[in-house]
Amino acid sequence: MSHAGNSDHADAHHDELPQGTMRGYVTGFVLAAVLTIIPFWLVMGGVFDNRTITILAIMVCAVIQIVVHMVFFLHMDPRSEGGWTLLALGFTIIIVVIMIAGSLWVMYHLNANVMPLGREMNQSF
Amino acid sequence: MSANTATAAPAEKPVFYVRDEHPHGEGGGTMLGFWIYLMSDCLIFAVLFACYGVLGANYAAGPSPRDLFDLPMLAVSTSMLLISSLTSGFAMLAMAKGRVAATQLWLGVTILFGVAFLSLEIYEFRHMISIGATPQRSAFLSSFFVLVGTHGLHVTFGIVWMIVLIAQIGRRGLTQANRRRMSCLAMFWHFLDIIWIGVFTFVYLMGMLR
Repeated sequence: MSHAGNSDHADAHHDELPQGTMRGYVTGFVLAAVLTIIPFWLVMGGVFDNRTITILAIMVCAVIQIVVHMVFFLHMDPRSEGGWTLLALGFTIIIVVIMIAGSLWVMYHLNANVMPLGREMNQSF
Repeated sequence: MSANTATAAPAEKPVFYVRDEHPHGEGGGTMLGFWIYLMSDCLIFAVLFACYGVLGANYAAGPSPRDLFDLPMLAVSTSMLLISSLTSGFAMLAMAKGRVAATQLWLGVTILFGVAFLSLEIYEFRHMISIGATPQRSAFLSSFFVLVGTHGLHVTFGIVWMIVLIAQIGRRGLTQANRRRMSCLAMFWHFLDIIWIGVFTFVYLMGMLR
């Protein structure tokens, strides 16, 4: 009994290999292509006069495209491997956000407070 | 499983509440393990992105992104990588249908697009170095070369991996082990494309907006 159970178990694992469909890959590709063209068009065409709006728009496109890649290409599924892939991803995102946002925040304050006075700052005094 | 045991032999069999870890099939944990490797790789890139974010504006009176980056060429190399992601997906579909030659063919096409991406990157690096924008010129260029170069190195190793897999599939066919390797490779390749989204958005496009 235990032998049969083991081979069932092994098969179940092999069936878990992510499998996409042609429709899924093509949908993902078209979405990703559109989400790549939009930010290039925004920057190369100078569509918005406001720099902040352009930066926000291309960041939104990047985030959406990353999600598109994860869903259509990586076949992320909340239930795959009993939820461990999603847990590992969540942990990684937390660390990445702390690392990038924290570095930028700390170094911005360091630059603003400790930087030796340059010409521009002298003029403002 | 325990329910089956109970119905099969209800009387004599002792019930164990702490069972031994059942054996997993060979490679049963590979996909999760590879995913965790990818997440750790993601952390490497996060550190390099943070470095670039901090140092990216320190030009040391040297060239700035506007002087160096060529967006039309970047658009071409980005589309090369995106198309290679699609063709690696086609290789996975061919593998699912058990078609050996088609799997190898799509892997070959993926290699071609990967090499095209890499060639454009090497051309860009050579051009930048030839006009004096070397990694030691400024902190901006150091962090740029490390971040983009690390990504390029990953793409290089992905291409080596594909060449090896084409040979292995040719020798052994689409065995269970080779299917597992193909799945890991596809994850790796799509992951590199995801990192590239970050690179072209934060390094190139935002660099041009400075």
